[in-house]
Amino acid sequence: MIWTVVLAGSLGCYLLKYAGLAASPAILERPAVRRAVELVPAAMLAALVVVQAFTDRQALVLDARAAGLAAAVVALLLRAPFLVVLLVAGGVAALVHALA
Amino acid sequence: MSESAEGWRRRTTRDSLGVGLAVGLYGAAFGAAATASGLSVLQTCTLSLLMFTGASQFALVGVLGAGGAPVAAVASAMMLGARNTLYGLRLASPLGLRGLRRAVAAQAVIDETTAMALAAPNTAALRLAFTVTGSSLFVGWNLSTLAGALGSGLLGESAQVALDAVVPAAFLALVWPRLRHSSTDRAVAAGGALVALALTPVVPPGVQVILAAAAVGLGFGRWRR
Repeated sequence: MIWTVVLAGSLGCYLLKYAGLAASPAILERPAVRRAVELVPAAMLAALVVVQAFTDRQALVLDARAAGLAAAVVALLLRAPFLVVLLVAGGVAALVHALA
Repeated sequence: MSESAEGWRRRTTRDSLGVGLAVGLYGAAFGAAATASGLSVLQTCTLSLLMFTGASQFALVGVLGAGGAPVAAVASAMMLGARNTLYGLRLASPLGLRGLRRAVAAQAVIDETTAMALAAPNTAALRLAFTVTGSSLFVGWNLSTLAGALGSGLLGESAQVALDAVVPAAFLALVWPRLRHSSTDRAVAAGGALVALALTPVVPPGVQVILAAAAVGLGFGRWRR
């Protein structure tokens, strides 16, 4: 079952990449296509942020991950590089967990 | 002239290699998160080799780890992977590849390679940035995935907590540039986050993310037309 998910998801993601390189760039000139491709990831990434930070299966929870996320926001506002953002988030979450 | 050309070659190569190295921690976090979600080390490493697009991989193992349906896991990965199609459309003409070379290059059409390529000052630099970033990312991502997958069993409780916090922070860092530059993206992101939280208690794990993205992303696109 997991293998099916791994292989089907990988094939699907590869075909999406290949489609972009192989398709006519004229598709991008269709406003509906362009907006959908640009806006769906923004909505989805934001949804993933809160789901990964504030939920546990079907429950809404507030734990050390929230502190880590807040620290990540501060790091991003200070224009820290990607790696530093992750280190700060992880470090603060571990610290809050240890203190709590 | 040749000196400045040498200059940008060196700069492009250095920056591109740097991006490949910086992704290491993210890859290790993925390896550990995937095995914690119930994937074997081989399945985890296969994902990094064949899927090779971080956000989709995290989304897929996140849905599986939360007990979500296989279809929801694949759909989440593909919805996030759809932005690579947009990148490909932008890169197709400057890369100018055909046949087998295009088929191989397609695997490297992701956030980081696109960002580095589109920041290059000319077409030759764009191709160099794409190639070097893609190669170093592929090596770094897969090695760090393996390290994370093998090392996750050795992690203590604090390290597990830290890792749990790294995942949402990584998604936030991915969406952050969009939030900084576009008020439309900010509205869409806020909507997506709220809808996902509201749906979490009432739909199976993973489905809330898909519904939030579809409703808000597509809905907002139509409304703005």
